[in-house]
Amino acid sequence: MLQIKAKITSNKKFKGSCWHCIVNAPSLCRASKPGQFLNVRISEGLKPFLRRPFSIHNIFGGKLEILYNVVGEGTRAFSGKKSGDYLDLIGPLGKGFDYVGARGKRVILIAGGIGVAPLLFLSKEIKSRDKLILIGARTRDQVLCEKEFRNSGSDVKISTDDGSRGFSGRVTDLLKNIIATEKAAKGAMQLYACGPGPMLKEVCNIAIANNLQAQVSLEEHMGCGIGACLGCVVKTKNGLKRVCKEGPVFYAKELIW
Amino acid sequence: MRVNLAVKIGKLKLKNPVMVASGTFGYAEEFKGFINLKKLGAIVTKTITLNPRRGNPPARTCETPSGMLNSIGLENPGLEAFLKDKLPFLEKLGIPIIMSIASEDDSREFIELAKRLNKLKAVSALELNISCPNVMGQESLISQDCQATYSIVKSIRRITAKTLITKLSPNVTCISDLAKAAEDAGSDCLALINTLSGMSINTERQSPRLAAVVGGLSGPAIRPVALKMVWEAYNKIKIPIIGMGGIIDTPSALEFFIAGASAISIGTANFINPRVSVEIISGLGKYLKRKKIKDIHSLTGSLIYES
Ligand SMILES: Cc1cc2nc3c(=O)[nH]c(=O)nc-3n(C[C@H](O)[C@H](O)[C@H](O)COP(=O)(O)OP(=O)(O)OC[C@H]3O[C@@H](n4cnc5c(N)ncnc54)[C@H](O)[C@@H]3O)c2cc1C
Ligand SMILES: Cc1cc2nc3c(=O)[nH]c(=O)nc-3n(C[C@H](O)[C@H](O)[C@H](O)COP(=O)(O)O)c2cc1C
Ligand code: FES
Repeated sequence: MLQIKAKITSNKKFKGSCWHCIVNAPSLCRASKPGQFLNVRISEGLKPFLRRPFSIHNIFGGKLEILYNVVGEGTRAFSGKKSGDYLDLIGPLGKGFDYVGARGKRVILIAGGIGVAPLLFLSKEIKSRDKLILIGARTRDQVLCEKEFRNSGSDVKISTDDGSRGFSGRVTDLLKNIIATEKAAKGAMQLYACGPGPMLKEVCNIAIANNLQAQVSLEEHMGCGIGACLGCVVKTKNGLKRVCKEGPVFYAKELIW
Repeated sequence: MRVNLAVKIGKLKLKNPVMVASGTFGYAEEFKGFINLKKLGAIVTKTITLNPRRGNPPARTCETPSGMLNSIGLENPGLEAFLKDKLPFLEKLGIPIIMSIASEDDSREFIELAKRLNKLKAVSALELNISCPNVMGQESLISQDCQATYSIVKSIRRITAKTLITKLSPNVTCISDLAKAAEDAGSDCLALINTLSGMSINTERQSPRLAAVVGGLSGPAIRPVALKMVWEAYNKIKIPIIGMGGIIDTPSALEFFIAGASAISIGTANFINPRVSVEIISGLGKYLKRKKIKDIHSLTGSLIYES
């Protein structure tokens, strides 16, 4: 775990309310694994006050990328940062995805909205030639990272709630269809998901109903991000667990929703 | 010029007056990658109860202007698990470990805790948390009642020779009355302040941002309140005060000494800058040198004003 000041080399609007930031951080890149996150101090002052957690979206050549939606005060201030500015980062935090077991298996990644963020890094690291990413969005303009996933060697399927692109409906319904048609491969199928809470809950239900292994990356409001405040706990079968420390990635079978 | 940062609190000798506040530093292990823990004046543990506590449901934290609300609800593993899993790491640091303790619904638990901890050399002092606003269903705090404060401190004083720190709540009408009650009952020191109770609302959903609805406010937002309480208590009592509430840097730490604190504790700021405690230790030394003050003692209560 490191605390560093990293220089921003680019911070630009990506699509709609989604922004893309690149920082120079070789030491962080070396230490980072897919599914881990950074706790970012956006301002030196008191506004915003707490750090903000963001997934590690991608790393390449000593540079680290963050993909973020502008949703409130903190992310708005983040989008105001210019290249050449510095970001105070703590990371890599949390324990990330377990993807060693995915080697050679049929892997399905399921992203809802900004949930694509940690999955790109994951899809690049997973050693399987049989990767499919389902990208869910409300509408066609909000589909994120299609090209990036294709470049990482994944097949891509898209779903939109309004039917403006790809499958019409929820990404979890698309997932159900795929599982139903691929019955044979079931035993070897691995699911990885990130997105809004209700979507992740549905992914867990689908995984359990079909006896598939699934890992989901959760979000919870954080005080410290380093395991000290007990602010970010979720219910699991083994008691309360901290999203920032034992998570943010959990197995479907251990969570209590 | 050499300056002295060492202070004495009850029987406890601290090499510097900077400690970390209960509940904001975990059990210290979480911070070992950021700072040399041995540099701290003391570590106050997350409050421990006799039996494990699950705490409150999430969401347990939310940001507020210049601060945050928390409703952790004293989640902790209970005494036995603490002694087995957490204390050994703390003990090895070789710096004073102040154990924060609380009782749930029966104050006899306090006595039981104090008795069990009495024998442990690794525990340098006890901090009585009679001021946690986050226990659901609880109607009032011990530290909101002078008589109740007096009697709990007195009954623990009787059974322990360890340095006793009483942590008071700011959610009271007159802090100096409670400070006096704790002093009269034999407390060696006061810790001021715990969080202020508060709430925050999501207007779109018309719902509270904390699942527990109300929680405790901390951070710079509460600093003026905390300072005034330290100053009021300082003027009424003789025992030392550990000041806290919104300290984020050296100037804000200095304010507390000048108002009357003998030592300070850093809480929420640890979340934003995990290195803040050691930065403040060196900042205090520099300030004393620059102001040609030999001993941090002389800063305590050094407020200059016309009355
Ligand atoms: C492990 C983890 C990884 C994340 N990765 C990403 C990512 O890669 N890209 C991205 O866009 N977002 C990500 N988020 C969500 C992101 O942290 C929030 O959108 C952001 O904190 C909002 O800050 P704000 O000040 O703009 O919003 P506000 O709503 O004004 O924030 C107020 C407070 O609520 C907290 N908060 C608000 N929404 C969330 C949320 N969804 N999860 C946790 N805390 C929240 C904020 O941190 C802040 O303390 C992640 C969250 C977690 C826990
Ligand atoms: C997340 C959190 C948990 C806390 N838990 C405890 C606790 O267990 N016991 C206690 O006495 N105080 C607890 N406190 C209060 C702090 O120790 C401190 O009194 C208060 O936060 C004011 O200081 P600050 O503004 O520097 O944070 C907690 C505070 C926070 C923010
Ligand atoms: S955010 Fe503090 S323990 Fe997870």
